[in-house]
Amino acid sequence: MSYVVQRLLTFPLILLGVSILVFVAIRLVPGDAITAMLGTEAGLLTPVQREALAAYFGIDQPIWAQYLRWLTGLFQGDLGISSIYGKPVLSVILERFPLTLQLSLMSMVIALSIGVPLGVLAASRNERPSDLVVRVLAMLGQSTPNFVVGILIIYVLSVFFGFVPAMGTFTPLFADPLASIAQLIFPAITLGFAFAASVTRISRSAMLDVLSDDYVRTARSKGATPMSVIWHHALPNALIPVVTLSGVEFGYLLGGAVIVEQIFALPGLGRLVLDAITQRDYALVQGTVLFIAFNFLVVNLLVDLAYVALDPRIRIGRR
Amino acid sequence: MGKMLSSLFRHPSGRIGLVIIGFYLLAAILGTLGLTPHDPLKLFAIDRLKAPSGTYWFGTDLLGRDAFSRLMVGIRQSMLIAFASVAIATIAGTIIGLLSAWWGGLWDGIFMRVMDVLLAFPAILLALLIIAIVGPGTMTSVAAIAIVYTPIFARVVRGPALSLKQRDFVDAARTFGSSQGYVLTRHLLLNLVAPLAVQVTLALAWALLTEAGLSFLGLGTQPPTPSLGLMLAESRNLMTHAPWLMIFPAVTIMLGILGFNLTGDALRDILDPRTQRREA
Repeated sequence: MSYVVQRLLTFPLILLGVSILVFVAIRLVPGDAITAMLGTEAGLLTPVQREALAAYFGIDQPIWAQYLRWLTGLFQGDLGISSIYGKPVLSVILERFPLTLQLSLMSMVIALSIGVPLGVLAASRNERPSDLVVRVLAMLGQSTPNFVVGILIIYVLSVFFGFVPAMGTFTPLFADPLASIAQLIFPAITLGFAFAASVTRISRSAMLDVLSDDYVRTARSKGATPMSVIWHHALPNALIPVVTLSGVEFGYLLGGAVIVEQIFALPGLGRLVLDAITQRDYALVQGTVLFIAFNFLVVNLLVDLAYVALDPRIRIGRR
Repeated sequence: MGKMLSSLFRHPSGRIGLVIIGFYLLAAILGTLGLTPHDPLKLFAIDRLKAPSGTYWFGTDLLGRDAFSRLMVGIRQSMLIAFASVAIATIAGTIIGLLSAWWGGLWDGIFMRVMDVLLAFPAILLALLIIAIVGPGTMTSVAAIAIVYTPIFARVVRGPALSLKQRDFVDAARTFGSSQGYVLTRHLLLNLVAPLAVQVTLALAWALLTEAGLSFLGLGTQPPTPSLGLMLAESRNLMTHAPWLMIFPAVTIMLGILGFNLTGDALRDILDPRTQRREA
């Protein structure tokens, strides 16, 4: 069985596992959903009202029936009703998703446009001072949590420039592209920081690997210029691990940068999950977590497929 | 172990990493023994928001608590959670990975698909989900980080274990009538120490980061116990008046992670000659 077929076959199986895990996990939360939803006012409910509410949300049925109901709903795009927002979970998610998507894309652009050139530079000057500087910077970058970067950025902006990034609301990209990008630029730098560091490290080591390959030596000995060897012969092959890393990292970012969205007060997917968890909105937690895991799985699948497309050795089944 | 430490010490980044880890362990031990300059919980009401000085080395916070003492106890808290969670993940992951590889077939399929399901969640999300169920706290942080890391260890162990299983010396041992347990621990596990050591060190760096992140969100260590993430979060509204409250915890978190990352990289260099001097 080829690798691709195997990946495609296990995909729905894992997704089903994820849905069961999420569903069961949420049922393990102590306390009943109605009290969590209404707070102290739940005490004012008559038993009949309570039962009616339970029937409305479907939580009066056995757990497997609830799961089946939820699962059939999923296939129809119905993720339930959020108790915080009083709206369908899917529409709440789709409202928040554009910000997270744009933020992820911007961070990836930042990370790649810094990381790849730096990595190539370091590899082509292996063990020379500029290589060492890049390596130290990359190591520091990889060891700095994004919330530390975010707080330092806010500190520098507010103390030295008297400037506070716009917070709280989000200008959609299509409403006002410049304002939208300007608003997300600092959060994107925050997220792109450690990402750029890992891209630098992986492109450096991939480049070093490739530069010692026979075909690169052949290119050199036939008289190709050092520049041409690096950019035309070596880089395309060295980019394969960079693609893999960026894809996986992008999948993580699509899950919402919980902490960074919290620091910059951005209404993205990460904040939504956090709010849903702290306010015990069962349907919303379930829906968002499943949505994020789904995205993550799809991105990872695409990365694997891209990897196969880029590296024919795997396609044939040879590592 | 001693040999590993001495070759780590000869590696430039390994040496820096070990020195940093050494200092953190020292701070953690002193913090546990209560040998801090001041009581980390005591409120020096007349000395609120004092800048760093001879009395308060890293200054005091809004309630007049000594930041240096709180950092020492915070380091202990972070280290405790990191070591405990990584230890659990290593043991659980190794057992799952080894048995998966050893039994093969259906068991392998079931174990590995369950691990795949856990890996389908971005790490922080899985941690948040667990916190949502159990409620925040030190034990929850340990459990959350351990569950996130278990599948990674299972994978790290399973791959090499599968290829070791095919090797002649394992066959020989079985032919001689060694018990399964003996073959598993003596012949498989001992040969997996190298990849595990690297993974453990890097996992510790990641666990420190996650613990700080969870505490920063208010979902990790609960006050009044000092924690690095919480100290950083509390400094946010005071950063213009008392930047030292932000700088010191930020640097402490960063250096700790750096120490484990450097050591992990150095270990990988030493244990895997193929990648020697490749990884920055």
